[in-house]
Amino acid sequence: MSIVLENVTFTYMPKTPFEKTALNDVSLSVESGEFTAIIGHTGSGKTTLLQHFNGLLMPDKNKGSVYVDGEKITKKNVRDVRMKVGYVFQYPEHQLFEETVFKDIAFGLKRLKLSDEEIKERVLAAAKTVDLDEALLERSVFELSGGEKRRVAICGVLVTNPSYLLLDEPASGLDPAGKREIMKLLKSLNDRGMTIVFISHSMDDVAENARRVVIVNDGGIGLDGTPYEVFKNRELLTSWGLDVPEVTKLFDDLRIKSGLDIPHVITISEGVKLVEKLKAEGRLKL
Amino acid sequence: MRISLGRFVPGDSLIHRADPRTKLIWTIVMMVLVLMCSSWWQYLTAAVFVIGCFALSGISFKYILMSLRPIMLLLAITVIFNLLFFKGTDVLFTLGALTVYKEGVLQSVKTIIRVSLLIISASLLTYTTSSVAITDGMESLMRPLAKIGFPAHEVAMMMSIALRFVPTFADETDKIMKAQAARGADFDSGNVFKKVKSYIPVLIPLFVGAFKSAEDMATAMESRCYKGGKGRTRYKVLKFSSADLIMLIVTLVFTATVILLKYVFKI
Ligand SMILES: Nc1ncnc2c1ncn2[C@@H]1O[C@H](COP(=O)(O)OP(=O)(O)OP(=O)(O)O)[C@@H](O)[C@H]1O
Ligand SMILES: [Mg+2]
Repeated sequence: MSIVLENVTFTYMPKTPFEKTALNDVSLSVESGEFTAIIGHTGSGKTTLLQHFNGLLMPDKNKGSVYVDGEKITKKNVRDVRMKVGYVFQYPEHQLFEETVFKDIAFGLKRLKLSDEEIKERVLAAAKTVDLDEALLERSVFELSGGEKRRVAICGVLVTNPSYLLLDEPASGLDPAGKREIMKLLKSLNDRGMTIVFISHSMDDVAENARRVVIVNDGGIGLDGTPYEVFKNRELLTSWGLDVPEVTKLFDDLRIKSGLDIPHVITISEGVKLVEKLKAEGRLKL
Repeated sequence: MRISLGRFVPGDSLIHRADPRTKLIWTIVMMVLVLMCSSWWQYLTAAVFVIGCFALSGISFKYILMSLRPIMLLLAITVIFNLLFFKGTDVLFTLGALTVYKEGVLQSVKTIIRVSLLIISASLLTYTTSSVAITDGMESLMRPLAKIGFPAHEVAMMMSIALRFVPTFADETDKIMKAQAARGADFDSGNVFKKVKSYIPVLIPLFVGAFKSAEDMATAMESRCYKGGKGRTRYKVLKFSSADLIMLIVTLVFTATVILLKYVFKI
């Protein structure tokens, strides 16, 4: 089970003076169960790349193909693919439209021709997953706070039980608590076996949560590996307009200034453990 | 986003650099001129002028075809009606109850030329002039009307805001359609009613967003002390150069030629 992109090239507005090749011969595969982050500078092609995963965009003619669970995405099967591969847009709350939260969440189920009972069951289950208060379900979608709207929107995608979930900057524009909740939600979905691929501009979020990091740079794959492997390349990342997590910088500076032989650190909990260890070994006095 | 009819194509030709007022006048004169034409010679004169200006603008002739594409159907229908119902003297052929006259065919060709020339002149304006420049030019041309109470500045400002938001809404529509498609919306199947209904999930967020943008825009304008056209100075001052004068004179010459052909030489 996987999503595979094979030599994908994609051009916006082809054959016009505004032509823009946003992806250039990209090959990438995402295996079932992964928790992957896509990072890259603004305009590097992250969104374009992610939209190929469920056929929202299709590669240029004869310039590559995309396979979901071994099946090539075509115009014919694309709607079935989308039931399997959920996509949460950036600022998904802008797409809410129904009179009530319940109806909006249920929108994705229309196509499945379920009974009212089944619909209710599914909506309640999805609402529980994203920790949405049941009392909100009968409210108008336009009366919710930004964070609540975001959760309703994610809920509306989860309700079809996709096996892959793609998210474009799911935490952008939220307060720190909202961000933590979204990342926690993604983690718990992943623990339950859902494949998660998300775009993020927060290196800290990526380092803390993702198990694989793909860097998109100027329409191609710059680096691809574990967060640990990727965030070792501070200079390269900086030259691509990216950064490493704050805690990595802290321990880098510590290594240089103190001359201590300490390994790379990418998360805060790792850093804490390292400091404790150094203290116990008497190499560091606080 | 698709390229649409009349989108500004940046360039640095004589036509691009001309004062937008010149181009507006040129377009209006061209339209009247084309509508005045009745004989082949007159059409030829107008066509030479319009196509000549297009060539001067350096814009690829592909764009002519692109601007004509949306009216192909309209043209086809007009031609069919002309062929079927135009009564003349020279029978070309008969097909059952239908008689096609030579005059009908000629008339169809003229209609095609006329409509095409109209569209090409209008699109030459929009291809070579940014929407901001067009509205600036309009405001400047309408200024005399302000003396008799016509809200020239307000009309121009409304137009420029409307034009400013066209691409934004096109992008937004595209994005919302994709987002709803991602959660299983179907915009293609079913009968007409079903199809119209399937656009509700697109229209509601689009309108909510539009009202919000309008509000934001109003706040932004107010906070920059916008209070109408009175006493407002311009960053880009329109300048009427000698090139503009030459362009207008050439336009005048061609117009005069058509008038002479039509009323004096009667060819
Ligand atoms: N609809 C479009 N029409 C034309 N060009 C586009 C369109 N969408 C994106 N592009 C261009 O394609 C390139 C890649 O865009 P993309 O949206 O994938 O970037 P991104 O990495 O998601 O950036 P961001 O971090 O800002 O979201 C950019 O240069 C952008 O200008
Ligand atoms: Mg993006």
